[in-house]
Amino acid sequence: MSATLRNWQGFPAILAFVTLLVLPVALVDGLPVFVAGLGVEMILVLLLLLFALFAATRTDAAPAGDLALAVGALAAAALTIRYLPGAELAMTEAARSAAAAGRSTMLARIAIVPGLWALALLAWLLAWQLVSRLAVARGPNSSAHFLLGIAVPLIFGLSLLFLWEILARGFGVPFVLLPPPSAIGAKIAASLPILLADFRQTFLKAVLAGYAIGCLSGFLVALAADRVASLKRGLLPIGNLVSALPIIGIAPIMVMWFGFDWQSKAAVVAVMTFFPMLVNTLAGLTASDAMQRDLMQTYAATHRQALFKLRLPAALPFIFNALKINSTLAMIGAIVAEFFGTPVVGMGFRISTEVGRLNIDMVWAEIAVAALAGSLFYGIVTLIERLATFWHPSFRQS
Amino acid sequence: MAAAYAVPRPSFLASRFVAVSAILLVILAVWYVGAIFLNTNAQNLFDARDGRTPTLRQFIESTWSQSKPRLPAPHQIAIELWNTTGEIALATKGTFVERVQKTLANRQGLFYHTSVTLSSTLLGFAMGTLLGIGLAVLVVHVASLDKSLMPWIVSSQTVPILAIAPMIIVVLAAVGITGLLPKALISTYLSFFPVTVGMVKGLRSPEPIHLDLMRTYNAGSAQIFSKLRWPASLPFLFVSMKVAIAASLVGAIVGELPTGAVAGLGARLLGGSYYGLTLQMWAALVAASLMAGILVAIVGFIERRVVRRMGLAR
Repeated sequence: MSATLRNWQGFPAILAFVTLLVLPVALVDGLPVFVAGLGVEMILVLLLLLFALFAATRTDAAPAGDLALAVGALAAAALTIRYLPGAELAMTEAARSAAAAGRSTMLARIAIVPGLWALALLAWLLAWQLVSRLAVARGPNSSAHFLLGIAVPLIFGLSLLFLWEILARGFGVPFVLLPPPSAIGAKIAASLPILLADFRQTFLKAVLAGYAIGCLSGFLVALAADRVASLKRGLLPIGNLVSALPIIGIAPIMVMWFGFDWQSKAAVVAVMTFFPMLVNTLAGLTASDAMQRDLMQTYAATHRQALFKLRLPAALPFIFNALKINSTLAMIGAIVAEFFGTPVVGMGFRISTEVGRLNIDMVWAEIAVAALAGSLFYGIVTLIERLATFWHPSFRQS
Repeated sequence: MAAAYAVPRPSFLASRFVAVSAILLVILAVWYVGAIFLNTNAQNLFDARDGRTPTLRQFIESTWSQSKPRLPAPHQIAIELWNTTGEIALATKGTFVERVQKTLANRQGLFYHTSVTLSSTLLGFAMGTLLGIGLAVLVVHVASLDKSLMPWIVSSQTVPILAIAPMIIVVLAAVGITGLLPKALISTYLSFFPVTVGMVKGLRSPEPIHLDLMRTYNAGSAQIFSKLRWPASLPFLFVSMKVAIAASLVGAIVGELPTGAVAGLGARLLGGSYYGLTLQMWAALVAASLMAGILVAIVGFIERRVVRRMGLAR
C-alpha cells in the first residue's frame, strides 16, 4: 500500500508529459509553438524527462533513479521559467489580449499556454516524487544521512519557490500583491548597501545588545533567586504570567525613554528576552535528580560546587531552550520597536516606509534578509547547544 | 505511620501567595520611586517656569500627578483605566442592554478598543488552532511531509512575521480586503506554530505498544486517530493553545499598528505615542495584559474541565 501511495505521482506525470507533447508550450511573436518547434534543446529535455518518468513509475528506490528524477525536475523547471513570459510583459500582453477579447485578464493568461502549465506540473510532480523518496531513504553512513536531512527540506523549499514564481508570473499576479522570487532576488542584488546598513543597525546593534543584556540578566536573577527559596517561589508565577503578556507593547514607552536610536530597541529586546530566560533557568536548576544532589552532599560539596558541577550542566538544555526562543523574540522586538520612531535606517524602518511607497519588492528583500539572519541566529544557537549538551538523550543517535 | 511521611504544608508565611504578594509590593515600591526620578527633570522645568520652590513632599507628590509623565505612577494608570472604562459605563443611560451597547460603541472608552482587539485575537486564534491541528495531522500521517515540511514550519517562525504585518495589511487593503481578516491572519500566523509543534508531539505520544494493540484490532488509521492519537494529544493541545492565544493577542495588537490608529489597543498605543499621551499608552498596555491573563486563564479552565472529564487528572 505504501509503495503505491509513494508512487501516485507516476500516472499524472505521464499525463502531463503527453499534454506537453500535444499542446503548444510557448508563444513566439504571438503564435503558439509546439514542442517539436523548439529545436535541439527541447529534444534533450524530453529525453531527460523520459528517463525521469521511467524512474518515477518504478517502485524500487535506486540512487540512479533519484538522480534521473532530480535532473528531470531541474530541466523541466528551468525550461518552464525560460518560456514563462516576464512579469511586466505578461501583464501588458495579457491586458491587451483580454481587452481585445473582452475577457478577464486571468482567463486570458491561462488559455494561452496550456503546454507550459503541463511542463510546470511535471517538474513539480517529479520534485515531489524525489522528496518522498529521499524522505524514506537512509544514508549509508552518518554524513550521508546528515546531507539527506538537509537535502529534503532544501528541495521542498526550492519547489515552493518554483511554484511561487510560476503562479506569480503565469497568472500575472499584480506586482504589489506578490512579486515573483526572481524580482526579489534582483532587488536584493541591486540594493546590497542599504540592506547591509539596515542589518547593521537592527541586528548587530539592537538585537545583539538587547539579547545579551536580557539573557544575561535573566540568568543572573535566576541564580540569585535560586539561593533564596521564598524569592523563587514568588518569582516563578510572576515570570510565567509576564511571559504570556504582550510585552511588545512597551516599545513606544522605551522609545520615549531611550530615544530614537538603537538603544531603545535594545531595551525592548532586553525586556522581552529577560522573562523566558528567568523562567527556564529556574526550571532547569531543579532538573537534576534528588539522587544526584544527595551524591553532591555526600561529597560535602558547597553550594557553588554543586551549582557548577551538577545543577548548571543539568540546566543547560533549559537554558538553551530559552536562548532559542529568545533568538526569534529578539528579532521581532527590534523590528517592531522601529515602527515607533527610528533614525532613517533599520529593517523595521525600511519595511514600514517602503510599504507606504508600495515598493513591495524592497519589503520582500528586507524580509528575506531578516529571515536569513533569524534562521542563522537560531542555527548558531542550535549548533552551540549540540556542542555543549552532546550528552543529552535527544542528541544521541538511537 | 503514613502521616509521618506526608509532606508538611508550608506555613502561611512561607506560602506562594505571600511570596508573590511580597514581590508585587516590592515592584510597586520600586515603581513609585522610579516615577519620582524619571519625572524629576520635567517637574524641575515646570517649577522653574511657574517660579515655584516646592518642599520635598510637594515635589514628590507633583511628580506622581503630572499629566504626561515619563513614567506614570500606578495610581494614575488605575485612575485613567477607571475613567475610560467604569466611568463611561456608568454615564450611559437606558436599559441594561442599551447601556452595554453604548459602552461598547464609545470610541473614547477602552471597552470599544478591547472588543476590537479581542475579536481579531479570537478569530486568529481559531484559524491558527485549526491550521495547526491540520498541519500536525498531515505531518504525522504523511512521512515525506515530516522530513520536508517540518523544517520549514520551524524556520517560518524565524521570519519576523510581525515585520511583515504592515505589508499584509496594506497589500490586502489595496485588493479591497479590510477589517478583521488581515489582522486575524497575522494572529493566525503567530498562533499556528505552537499548536503544530505541540500536536505533532501529542499525536506521536501514544506508546508503540498501544499502536500495536490498535493494529491487532485491525483498526484503520482513521480509527487509530480518533480513538488513540487524538485523545492522547489533548493535554499537549491545551498547553499549546495557552501559548497560542497569548501569541495571537500580540499579533492582533501589532496588526493594528499600521491601520493608522483607528481602533483597537494597538491603535491606542500608537496614538498615545504620537501625542505623548503616556497615561493612555500605559492604560492600553495594562488592558492588553489583563486580556492576555484572562484569555490564558479561560483556556486553562477549559483544560481542567476536559482533563477531569477524560479521567486524566492526577
